[in-house]
Amino acid sequence: MTEPVRVEVENVSLAFGATQVLRGIDVAIAPGEFFALLGPSGCGKSTLLRLIAGFNHAQSGHVRIGGDDVTRVPPWERNVGMVFQSYALWPHMTVAGNVAFGLEERGRPREEIRRRVADALALVGLQDLADRRPGQLSGGQQQRVALARTVAIEPRVLLLDEPLSNLDAKLRVHMRRELVQLQRKLGITTIFVTHDQEEAMTTCDRIAVMSEGRIVQTGTPVELYDAPASRFVAEFVGSINLLDGNLQTGAGEGATFVSPQVGPVPLPPSESLPGSGDVTLAFRPHGVSVSAARADPARIWLAGAVAEREFLGEFVRYRVRVGGADILVDAPHLTGAPWFDPGAGVEVGIDPREIRVLRP
Amino acid sequence: MTARPTLAQAAIAGAIALFLAAFLVVPVLAVVWIAFADGAGGVTLSHFGAFFGVSLLRESFWNSLYVAAASVLVASVIALPIAYFTSRFRLRGALAVQTLGVLPLVMPPFVGAVAMQLIFGRNGSVNLLLGDWLGVNVPFMEGLNGVIFVEALHYFPFILLNLSVALANIDPAMEESAQNLGAHGFRLFRRVVFPLAMPGYVAGASLVFVKVFDDLGTPLVLNVTNMLAPQAYLRITSMGIEDPLGYVISVIMIAFSILAMWLSARALRGRDYATVQRGGAAAPRRRLSRGQAVLAYGWIALVLLLVLSPHLGILLLSFSKVWSFSVVPEAFTLENYRTVFADSSGMIVNTLVYAGLAAFVDIVIGTTIAYLVLRTPLPGRQFLDLGAAAALAIPGVVLGIGYLRLFRGVEIPWLGGALTASWIILPIAYSVRRLPYAVRSCTAALQQLHASLEEAAENLGASRRRTIQRIVVPLMAGGILAGFVTSFITAAVELSATLLLASSESMAPMSYGIYLYMQSIAGRGPGAALGVVAVVIVAVGTYASNRFMAGRSAQQETKP
Repeated sequence: MTEPVRVEVENVSLAFGATQVLRGIDVAIAPGEFFALLGPSGCGKSTLLRLIAGFNHAQSGHVRIGGDDVTRVPPWERNVGMVFQSYALWPHMTVAGNVAFGLEERGRPREEIRRRVADALALVGLQDLADRRPGQLSGGQQQRVALARTVAIEPRVLLLDEPLSNLDAKLRVHMRRELVQLQRKLGITTIFVTHDQEEAMTTCDRIAVMSEGRIVQTGTPVELYDAPASRFVAEFVGSINLLDGNLQTGAGEGATFVSPQVGPVPLPPSESLPGSGDVTLAFRPHGVSVSAARADPARIWLAGAVAEREFLGEFVRYRVRVGGADILVDAPHLTGAPWFDPGAGVEVGIDPREIRVLRP
Repeated sequence: MTARPTLAQAAIAGAIALFLAAFLVVPVLAVVWIAFADGAGGVTLSHFGAFFGVSLLRESFWNSLYVAAASVLVASVIALPIAYFTSRFRLRGALAVQTLGVLPLVMPPFVGAVAMQLIFGRNGSVNLLLGDWLGVNVPFMEGLNGVIFVEALHYFPFILLNLSVALANIDPAMEESAQNLGAHGFRLFRRVVFPLAMPGYVAGASLVFVKVFDDLGTPLVLNVTNMLAPQAYLRITSMGIEDPLGYVISVIMIAFSILAMWLSARALRGRDYATVQRGGAAAPRRRLSRGQAVLAYGWIALVLLLVLSPHLGILLLSFSKVWSFSVVPEAFTLENYRTVFADSSGMIVNTLVYAGLAAFVDIVIGTTIAYLVLRTPLPGRQFLDLGAAAALAIPGVVLGIGYLRLFRGVEIPWLGGALTASWIILPIAYSVRRLPYAVRSCTAALQQLHASLEEAAENLGASRRRTIQRIVVPLMAGGILAGFVTSFITAAVELSATLLLASSESMAPMSYGIYLYMQSIAGRGPGAALGVVAVVIVAVGTYASNRFMAGRSAQQETKP
């Protein structure tokens, strides 16, 4: 196995006609890292991946793989393996034929091809299906053939374009674990494109969140979840409550947040509090409790009424109307835990340590 | 859909079955029977032995195979680059390329053949110029070459159209993954692109093979008789209807048609495999490099020039006084058209009547078969569909021979007179030969019509018959019209069956007239003029139906 390589994208911009798809992308992926490009459809993540593979061409900027500038290198000379969303298995070749293709194109001796095809198929557990046609395989098996076909050439970088989106929910969870194991075993630098934040968080070392052709935040899953840098990231990664308003910082003793919807909210002193100005308060539903009376004095309490209730098994999600705003509350569910019916008046308690203050 | 077929459905199906039996199945079976009959009620292969014992027939057999295969090859060489360029590169002049796809089809090959001889023949325009400039003479039109050249130029659109659709339907990721794994350029085309487009190519190529193998008019007009179709025609017309070798040739032709169609059906069985899981965008078209652009535009221009040459030639010829041993005609005149309209206007009327009648019969049967197959539980209804489609495998010559043999001495009921001597036999032959196209387009139209539209009508109180009248037929109108036009324009220029079945000049249609005129040097001018009239009729029909279909699809865009 070859040494893992670094992938660097420097100031890359790309437009299709009048549509600007990538705007000044800068990202560096460490050798051996499992890296996700995460964002809603149309954010440019697949375009960026295809650019690294050589199928799209930047109007400006550079792509470096293992230190080599590959910006002008055609796809067939890059030695980066890509797994396509549709798998793109050639129906006129057998499974073994598909896997052997890249090695044949590289002019490897027949014996070596035979051995490496067998190895690659064994890696994904499909050695018995070598003589089948792709059309005779299940979706999960096709996915594995696509993976085997790509890793057989021992690429410097592995690119995965929404590889799990064509699988059903259960298989998706299973395959994403296999993907992680495979990546750890090969130690290959891997870039994974997905629009599913759960998929990205469970599989990847680091994630770049993209929006409208830009990378808006890069970090580990925990960093993104706990400290979203913007409203967009906060909303895209997990569920979150957002309250818009004005922050008035007093001298020394905490601050008051004034929201037109819920009125004044006192905030305890914290080093993370910025100066006065317009801000958005962000806090996750599981950092909020709901009860009939104000219990824990360390929490910030607001009075409201239950508007809606969804039972999700491990927790109950309430939508509580507080003033003019809706606050989501995830209350852990245990057998016999008390429920609040829609219409019931409740107290909502926010853990101040879970609040992030976002600048607009 | 009711669970049990009604009596009316059964009666209608029976009537169609009777028509197909009388005018397709039994005549063809009669031909096959005679090829194998020993004259004493038994079966023998001795006629086939005799066939291969005659050196002219052996030669004809190989020539037909050679011409059909070579035509496929030449047509492929013309069509392949064009299909690839237009589907994978950004090309200007898409209109010119689309024109390439239909222009040849509006003129039957036997009409253009004479013009091609004047342009590409030994003393034709091109060779006169080549001789002046380079001192060489290229035998484009010598013997079998001429047939191959004319047929390939006429039929290559079948390959072009099928291949273009197949190429456009390939999931672009199929090619990108090959590039990602190291393939590019011609290797990419050979290992991935072409194999994926193979079903489309085979469908087009086998169609070309069958059409060329069965064609009678083109070799006859070019004076090539050592091929199977001309031999079958000549044996029956000169040796008489009893000569068994004509039937042997017919059986061989049917066998090859069926073989080619079977190959094509096999190739198409896995047809949609390349298009499954098609994700989003079509293949991005690449920009041509300067060298590629010169090659691509050069090739398209050359093919366009070749494709237009029979049209141009026939037009020039129709206005020329004399055209021989010169690059272009020496003097122009309207005399040819005057002659044609004075002497042959009856033929024009005959063509319109025959083709119109045949097309009408086709859409009535086509709509009925489509409805019976898709909407009723009638047992054995697939056999109607199959029976109609079987006509595809029967060359016109064979059908003509079958009619002559089977209906020999048969009187037309009530009216009297021999069926084989009456004009009525021509529209019948045309309708049987074009029926597959009409059935196909009516079936496609009905398939697109969701059954709930009919159920809604029945739910609101319309009877089955009223539902068909008020819902099914109006919504199928586009498909039915397309079927009518296709049947009409192809019947208008049908020659193979016509040559055998037209027994007097007064009942002859235009195609026969063109053929007769072209037999003599003096007749070429009027023949060309009549050819121009035929092309205009076909072109107007094609244009009108395209316009109508375009208007209709725009109008029905919002349908559920």
